[in-house]
Amino acid sequence: MVTFDNVTKSFSGHTVISDLSLEIPRGQFTVLIGPSGCGKTTSLKMINRLIEPSKGSIFVDGQNITKVSPVDLRRQIGYVIQQIGLFPNMTIEQNIEVVPRLLKWPKEKRHQRTRELLEMVGMDPKEYLGRYPSELSGGQQQRIGVLRALAVAPPLILMDEPFGALDPITRESLQDEVKKLQTSLGITVVFVTHDIDEAVKLADRIILMKDGEIVQNAPPETLLAHPANDYVREFIGKKRMKANYDVDLVREIMNPRVVTTTRDKGFAESINLMRKRNVDSLVVLDKEGRLEGVVTVENLRAVAGKQHIAQIGEVEMKSVPTISMNAQAREAFDTLITEKLPFLLVVDSKDRVKGLVSKTSLVKALAGVVWRDDEDDE
Amino acid sequence: MMNKSIAILQKNWPLLQTAFLEHIQISFFSVVIGIIISVPLGILLTRLPRLAKRVMAVMGILQTVPSMVMFGLLLPVTGIGKPTAVIVLTVYSILPILRNTYTGITEVSPGYIEAATGMGMNSLQTLFRVELPLALPVIVTGIRLSSVYIISWATVAAIIGGGGLGDVIYTGLDRYNHTVVLMGAIPASLLAIATSFVIGRLARLAIPRGLRREGNA
Ligand SMILES: Nc1ncnc2c1ncn2[C@@H]1O[C@H](COP(=O)(O)OP(=O)(O)O)[C@@H](O)[C@H]1O
Ligand SMILES: [Mg+2]
Repeated sequence: MVTFDNVTKSFSGHTVISDLSLEIPRGQFTVLIGPSGCGKTTSLKMINRLIEPSKGSIFVDGQNITKVSPVDLRRQIGYVIQQIGLFPNMTIEQNIEVVPRLLKWPKEKRHQRTRELLEMVGMDPKEYLGRYPSELSGGQQQRIGVLRALAVAPPLILMDEPFGALDPITRESLQDEVKKLQTSLGITVVFVTHDIDEAVKLADRIILMKDGEIVQNAPPETLLAHPANDYVREFIGKKRMKANYDVDLVREIMNPRVVTTTRDKGFAESINLMRKRNVDSLVVLDKEGRLEGVVTVENLRAVAGKQHIAQIGEVEMKSVPTISMNAQAREAFDTLITEKLPFLLVVDSKDRVKGLVSKTSLVKALAGVVWRDDEDDE
Repeated sequence: MMNKSIAILQKNWPLLQTAFLEHIQISFFSVVIGIIISVPLGILLTRLPRLAKRVMAVMGILQTVPSMVMFGLLLPVTGIGKPTAVIVLTVYSILPILRNTYTGITEVSPGYIEAATGMGMNSLQTLFRVELPLALPVIVTGIRLSSVYIISWATVAAIIGGGGLGDVIYTGLDRYNHTVVLMGAIPASLLAIATSFVIGRLARLAIPRGLRREGNA
């Protein structure tokens, strides 16, 4: 789908991509990964000509991209960037319809497509079309960013650390969504990240880079099982460290950073907190730190314009299953998977909330087991 | 004292009315011409960053030339009357609008421009759909500032036969009559305040909800 042919890129004499040759297969999820500054973004932006190579050629769908006007090329390639992607002066509807408008789609077709996209990710068009980005949580905004890239059903989508700024839970669910969309629509995705967990979870193929060169290009399983050299081993090393201690108990695999609030906190303050931490829900605790329930953005919105609410405690809460921090990790994962929950809250013996377990925790723990076995072989 | 003031007010009422309307007229034309010149110029300068610094410096200097000097320079060319007043006031109205247009656009976060470009907008589409709308609040602030300036500067226009509330003020000064001076000065101040308020209100209507200060979720 995308071919790099001996591509070199220098910025004022300094070479950041050297002689890169690469084949990105059609219909697959390819992840570019590597430490900050290794040239991931530069490589990605050369595909839609936001950056022009100094040497070499790039082909999309067999066509040399310098033969297409940059503007036409970009309208055929979806593009999602980190954080600020949505235009704050446009409603959700206008944001999603940017490229369809550029391509002069008739109004009917645009509107139908926008509604279809929102429904695809379970967002009610009636509720969201007229909103502005600032009226959405960080996770919802980035979800719209993804839909916007899908608007004209491009066969190829580029994403540059799109979920970097999101909290683990939101991030997790967006990753699931993107992966699902990619598979069901059969599109080619080139995704940049520096997070190995994210790469392992999403990729059909991982390309690990260092100083503008490819160190290893392999499916995730191969990369984990057979790292090409010490650099790769070191890059995935953080997980090996984790694998060194026992991951049998929930307390060892939970994420201790839960965004919490109490019943008496102000309504506006809570919304602000969610926005600042980029979460879709807040865990409400009592004075002793025990779980009262979970308030989601949807709960808040449901009551927002209708009645005056001073304190968060007045909003209807959802109950969320809990698990003891001393329970077996396995039990937590079973519950997560069989009940299809976004997360489980972890409590101590006095019912105080200590952390949460999500699918990310699961991936991390499993990876730990894989590498521990791997090490035993050596 | 009070009765005397009312009598003076009554006697000069027609003069005051004419002066008030003239004042609005010259201020309005100056600011509108100022907008017509400075918004496009400001946009153009964002495309020519090197020239921008110099143009901005020249406008800054023009701004500090005392109005008397400016009138003096123009009188031989354009003579006495409203056109001269409007020309001079226009020169003064340019800088705040120009500067705010320029900074408003240059301060649009590069992330938005990259998103726009990356999605296939050409540079004009990026300008009209992203940069200008995002800079609008700043540009409007410039226009508001400029209007308030010009309304107070316009009182000076009377000196070169431009008319307006300045006429009333100078008449009062001539006759050592405080009441008449105030009859010119107070409406001029009220006009400035009201204009600022009205522009602020209009801006609220024109600027999309998403760009107003955060606060309502
Ligand atoms: N426009 C530019 N001018 C000069 N240097 C740049 C430019 N863009 C990127 N670089 C440099 O190129 C290298 C790779 O950058 P980038 O591709 O953004 O890395 P990554 O996305 O992997 O963090 C870095 O050293 C960066 O400083
Ligand atoms: Mg980058």
